[in-house]
Amino acid sequence: MGIGFKLDFEKNLRLRIGEIKSDIGVLKNIEVSIGKVIGEEWAEEIGPTPFPSIVDLREWDFKLLQRYKPFYMPFCDLCCLCTFGKCDLTGDKRGACGLNMTGQQSRIVLLACCIGAATHTSHARHLIEHLIGKFGRDRPLDVGGLNVEVEAPITRLVCGVKPRTLGDLEDILGYLEREIVRLLAATHTGQEESNLDFESKVFHAGMIDHVALEIADIAQISALGFPKADPEAPLTEIGLGVVDSTKPVILVIGHNVPPAAAIVDYLMDNGLYGGVEVTGLCCTAHDVTRYNPKAKIVGPISWQLRFIRSGVADVIVVDEQCIRADTLIEAQKIRAPVIATSDVNCIGLPNRTGDEVNKIVEDLVSGSQPGALILDPAKAAEVAVKTALLIAPKRMKFKSLPDTSDVVEGAKNCRKCDDCRRACPNDLPIKEALAQALNGNLDALASLYDECVGCARCESACPINLPLHSFIIKAAEKKLKEEKYKIRVGRGAIQDVEIRSVGSPIVLGEIPGVVAFVGCANYPRGGGEVAEMAVEFAKRRYIVVASGCAAMSIAMHKDEEGKSPYEAFPGVFDAGGIVNVGSCVSNAHIAGAAIKIASIFARRRLRGNYEEIADYILNRVGAVGVAWGAMSQKAAAIASGFWRLGIPVIVGPHGLKYRRMLLGRKDKPEDWYVYDARTGEKVYVGPAPEHLFYAAETKEEAMVMIAKLCMRPNDTTRGRAIKLSHYIDLHKRFFGTMPDDVHLFVRTLADVPLTMRDEVIKILEEKGWKENIIPDPTLLPRLVRRRVSG
Amino acid sequence: MVKMSTARQTEPWQSAEVPGPKKALLINDPRIVLALIKRSKNPILIVGHRAAEIELSGGQLVDYIIRLAEAANLPVVSSPSIQGEFIRRGFKRIIGMPVVDIANRLTDAGWAGLNNKGQHDLALLIGFKYYVGWLILSGLKHFSPNLKTVSLDMYYQPHASWSFPNITREEWEKNLNAIISGLG
Repeated sequence: MGIGFKLDFEKNLRLRIGEIKSDIGVLKNIEVSIGKVIGEEWAEEIGPTPFPSIVDLREWDFKLLQRYKPFYMPFCDLCCLCTFGKCDLTGDKRGACGLNMTGQQSRIVLLACCIGAATHTSHARHLIEHLIGKFGRDRPLDVGGLNVEVEAPITRLVCGVKPRTLGDLEDILGYLEREIVRLLAATHTGQEESNLDFESKVFHAGMIDHVALEIADIAQISALGFPKADPEAPLTEIGLGVVDSTKPVILVIGHNVPPAAAIVDYLMDNGLYGGVEVTGLCCTAHDVTRYNPKAKIVGPISWQLRFIRSGVADVIVVDEQCIRADTLIEAQKIRAPVIATSDVNCIGLPNRTGDEVNKIVEDLVSGSQPGALILDPAKAAEVAVKTALLIAPKRMKFKSLPDTSDVVEGAKNCRKCDDCRRACPNDLPIKEALAQALNGNLDALASLYDECVGCARCESACPINLPLHSFIIKAAEKKLKEEKYKIRVGRGAIQDVEIRSVGSPIVLGEIPGVVAFVGCANYPRGGGEVAEMAVEFAKRRYIVVASGCAAMSIAMHKDEEGKSPYEAFPGVFDAGGIVNVGSCVSNAHIAGAAIKIASIFARRRLRGNYEEIADYILNRVGAVGVAWGAMSQKAAAIASGFWRLGIPVIVGPHGLKYRRMLLGRKDKPEDWYVYDARTGEKVYVGPAPEHLFYAAETKEEAMVMIAKLCMRPNDTTRGRAIKLSHYIDLHKRFFGTMPDDVHLFVRTLADVPLTMRDEVIKILEEKGWKENIIPDPTLLPRLVRRRVSG
Repeated sequence: MVKMSTARQTEPWQSAEVPGPKKALLINDPRIVLALIKRSKNPILIVGHRAAEIELSGGQLVDYIIRLAEAANLPVVSSPSIQGEFIRRGFKRIIGMPVVDIANRLTDAGWAGLNNKGQHDLALLIGFKYYVGWLILSGLKHFSPNLKTVSLDMYYQPHASWSFPNITREEWEKNLNAIISGLG
């Protein structure tokens, strides 16, 4: 006899019994689910979609996709995923499985988002299990004390549960993992044929990703004592020049902080902290400074190669994600041992987790082994510190950067084939710059530094193996040493009280928008552009938030007074603030802030009520994400989560390589109708926001689009006038003209900015503009409160 | 006249940007472009932001583009960030539109066109970062079956219907001049 229960993630304490004998006989394979407190202590009525499956929000997705249709730019004309192939899908051709090009492109986007969501979920799983191991399942969650009552807005929204402890977070992981497996299964040959269904699943992957981000970050905030929603989180140092190379230096790279935190602990416990530099790259750097702000950040992920080759690091500790796959090779060039600490990034090293610490240290210091895989963070930390202390005097900061004479010699040998330039993502004129180095003048090479993304594809392409990236770094050596800036460490969540304070002006449009600079460092023209954009919008009294590599790039910029943006602008979530929320996983707090505006300010029900909250955000919360250097699959998943919530994302030109945009058509009025929730009438609201996923060619184009995408149907006339004035002002400043679509954003004459009245009214007259009402906007018929008769 | 030499001239300029089976035909004579423009019923010229950055001996690339547009009476859409460059030079009929927007519209058979004359049958692209042009042309190749595309940049763009090979700036300028004078 078998007894089966449906797995319910609200009641996820499961008991499985293989066989039980009793008076009535033998029972086999019994599985019992027992109700858990997390679903029952929360008085809020549960919404329609707790723990949504891959189809539960499909209708919402289709509403978005009907307005923001995919525009595909295939990165490859072929499909090579099964042995029927390769199949040529050019134009309207179909592959052997029957799939066409739109299906294939959306399938690849889904694959990318599954990789991203799986990576964050795996990260969350590892982190939460580690923290539970250290602090126990009952460790309470605390992301901001009394200032943050809604501790997990995404989780509450998506899952319909209110987590209280680390153990509750672990329970949620099961749901995320199940959904990712379902999504990945949908990419198998013969599973989906409609590109729109693939796209709906892309959104689902993004939503799952956001839950993973959130539970990972609130776990580490709660257990590791990171700043708790603190607008005045401390300032710390960032830049290649801030590292004290007279000390032993440990470099941590990656995203998963336990090994880096354990290094800090070990140093503290043994009275060694002041004697060893702990520096980091990418999100582990963010998080180790959240753990201890005396740690230092070298820079975004593109600083990896240049810092390793500088020879400053004595030991390199890698965890996971976005770490160069030649780290071990590069580390060997500078005679620095590498300690790998993650089972998803073992880098070919022997597993020494079970070995005695001093034996591992001996092997690393002697150079008999280039590195070690140590899966116990505490042991990895002890090995890292002991090795750094012993190896630093031996290494003498041995670097792999060339001398000027080597650059000149390289210039003499250069074949001028241009293969370096043809391999460079940013088409940098390396050949020409090298030619100018013939006489010892390295200025042209140094000028490439700011735009170099540090990929070293130029070196791989060079037929005579010139270390071209190193030549650029050598040329810019003085600049590198002067890289000394301040960054406010990641503050984590946004306080509920901040949301109450800005909720009204955001929803009414009087704070013109929330602009989030997020993502990686694959910039078309250097990180300075991100800083410039952030400062521009902070000065305009938008709320600027930042995370990940973008948050670092914002810091690496100084104003006339020598201040970095984090020194010049407050860290408060309010108009004119620049808010560093933290690492990649802290992106959850940006989405969370938008959700909390709907929940705390507007008092919309949150629990398992995804569609209504997303509809609220799309129509009322003027938020835009900017991922100017997005390159990874994780970034794709993060963006997808924002799309489903109705938050548009702008990427830089390299973002076109994600091969699909989600574009509105402002020239199609029929696409821009909403229901007026007061009457049920359909009302034209203009293209607000015009796009959901958009790539800009230049920073100027991005800035104008940011201002435009902050407009929402619900803006009050005063709010719309403020938003329009920024849009028009930026358009005139950067493009030299009035926007040709301004009439589409004017609903009544009260929307027109006073100072621009004559110009705008002239356009309205030319375009035959007609006044329209401002509805209580929704795309969901079920939210209509009263139907008009007939 | 384009100087044709090694096979490298017909490889994608960014070496890893290998396309699929359908690749651009070579513009090895500027008269090909003249013929395509003359034969087209409704051409369009699409200009990327680099047109305001590239210096040629006779001015910026944008100056050449204006001469080309005037000689063939082409409707022109440019990246918004350089539309001011056209206006400053007295070319008032420029339309600023993000490249993803114009490309998206070109895949819509029902779009009335930039000039309300219906679907465009020829799109000439110039002034783009290589990878931006590569991807936009890919979108048009796959999803605008009735549109011929011509890349007028100095690098081989395999997703165009027609493209220059990889050529030097001097050769490029010579060819642009030949096209402009041929139209005049």
